[in-house]
Amino acid sequence: MSQTTKTPPSAPAEASNRVTLGWSNRLLARPEVGALVAAIVIFVFFLIVAPAFRSPASFFTVLYQSSTIGIVAVAVGMLMIGGEFDLSAGVIVTTAGLVNAMFCYQLGINLIVGAVLSLVFCLAIGFLNGYLVVRTGIPSFLITLGTFFVLQGANLGVTKLVTGSVSTPNINQMDGYKTLDAIFASSFKVGSVTVEITVLWWFLFVALSAFILQRTRIGNWIYAVGGNADSARAVGVPVKAVKIGLFMSVSFLGWFVGMHTLYKFDTLQAGNGIGNEFLYIIAAVVGGTLLTGGYGNAIGVAIGAFIFGMTSLCIVYAGWDPNWFRAFLGVMLLLAVMVNLYVKKLSTARKVG
Amino acid sequence: MTDTLSEHADPELHSGEPLIEMKDVGKTYGAIRALKGINLTVRAGEVTCVLGDNGAGKSTLIKIMAGLHPHNEGTMKVDGKEVSFSSPRESLDHGIATVYQDLAVVSLMEVWRNFFLGSELTSGRGPFATLRIADMKRIADEELRKMGVVVKDINQPIGTLSGGQRQCVAIARAVYFGARVLILDEPTAALGVKQSGVVLKYTAAARDAGLGVVFITHNPHHAYLVGNHFVILKLGQAVLDKKRADVGLDELTRQMAGGDELTELSHELQK
Repeated sequence: MSQTTKTPPSAPAEASNRVTLGWSNRLLARPEVGALVAAIVIFVFFLIVAPAFRSPASFFTVLYQSSTIGIVAVAVGMLMIGGEFDLSAGVIVTTAGLVNAMFCYQLGINLIVGAVLSLVFCLAIGFLNGYLVVRTGIPSFLITLGTFFVLQGANLGVTKLVTGSVSTPNINQMDGYKTLDAIFASSFKVGSVTVEITVLWWFLFVALSAFILQRTRIGNWIYAVGGNADSARAVGVPVKAVKIGLFMSVSFLGWFVGMHTLYKFDTLQAGNGIGNEFLYIIAAVVGGTLLTGGYGNAIGVAIGAFIFGMTSLCIVYAGWDPNWFRAFLGVMLLLAVMVNLYVKKLSTARKVG
Repeated sequence: MTDTLSEHADPELHSGEPLIEMKDVGKTYGAIRALKGINLTVRAGEVTCVLGDNGAGKSTLIKIMAGLHPHNEGTMKVDGKEVSFSSPRESLDHGIATVYQDLAVVSLMEVWRNFFLGSELTSGRGPFATLRIADMKRIADEELRKMGVVVKDINQPIGTLSGGQRQCVAIARAVYFGARVLILDEPTAALGVKQSGVVLKYTAAARDAGLGVVFITHNPHHAYLVGNHFVILKLGQAVLDKKRADVGLDELTRQMAGGDELTELSHELQK
């Protein structure tokens, strides 16, 4: 209103009270440090016990595995920083693929039209989740648990109604398949290594999320909304719009992975995706995101997804019974929660000095 | 300390000019009447003190001015135009900034991010405009130093600051963004003597720079140090409404302590 353009007078030069925190303190205050240490330890561990892991090819297989979880986890992590949950994130991936496949197959329409329709449908579900949460004030855990069951049931019910079985017909002969396959499910060779395109998409989304969270106004708002929604509202942050936007980005990335799954396998099982919502949440928490919101970052969530991908494959490389994977995930989650709690205390404790 | 104020205060503010005028304002929450028949004028260059016990309706009064809840009786005028705010953003756009005792800041966020929250500096347009982080850090640090708050590290979470420092960050922020009316919600309630002093000095400085200040408190001593006009609320109604010239600290204290009820009580107890 009256902000003058002249340069403000420089602040007093003395810095009697000013200290620069040591690098160890600053490092520990970062959310992803715990996850990074864990990732390195697990990486070295599997290099020792699983000889099959010691090749570039298997490293890229691990990256691919990580990306299929990591892409949705990017948005789930942002949503959790914003203080909310989305339990429907696992099944919406399948819903996205089913809508595309069945709509186009039954009506004989170009697959690209179906992909766009599926995107609109998923965004609408994300909007509905967000709208119900901000409108009713009911915890997002309950609202999205509701959408989770609705989608899970509808996936199976509608598929059976339309196709007579629980899987969709093969779509790889239809119009538009080549384009969409190139975007969502292609791979290319670098030397002897096969790189899946989802790995590149994953890196891109992580970079975008990191940029938004740290460098844009919207990122500032996401942290504020998750940290203290009342304060944020009082200084003029559009809390409701931010939350609805976050739910919609989860459903957008869910759609993205749904497209990948469909064009990778050309046919879908309607019961897929159940349980994945917890993997996204675990990736975010292991990556240093606080369950209560307001704290975390994109790199941490990516490392969390990488730990997930690495472990799920390396247990096989090591020749162990894959059933142990879930037990391992549980242990990781508990450790991560405890490390997070400790780090949060450390970074918010008053430093007397 | 007044650098920020003289620099950022609206030059068009004339002392004594009414900024907010409330006439017979009331508020009901369903069947519960929180406020009734409030007449209050906030003038430029004056501190209007609103005193009252817990549950007297102070918070409701602030929330109406701050845009958290609209009033449903009477009229409120800002700069002579009738308004009814439906969001805090509207209130802020009219130059009314509120500093809350408990919800002023987001404790896990850095000091500079809190300072600029909701009014971030960006270069470029659209949702991907980048934050001018270096500028924001520098300005936040300078403005805080002018208030006598030297933080160890402008990047530390604001939750690591003391209560008085947090309060000062919130006030400095409001003034920096060109507030014309400053509403302070019990700014000294949780503070020690020395920190209260800092906040009171800043309140007086804001008044002298021509801002209209609404000072909410239940401490008549603090109110009397800076106030020009005093309103005491009880059960949602004004029981005292006097200029500084017409009222003494004794009367304020007596009214706040219970007034006539207290006299009656002391009679009863002496029997």
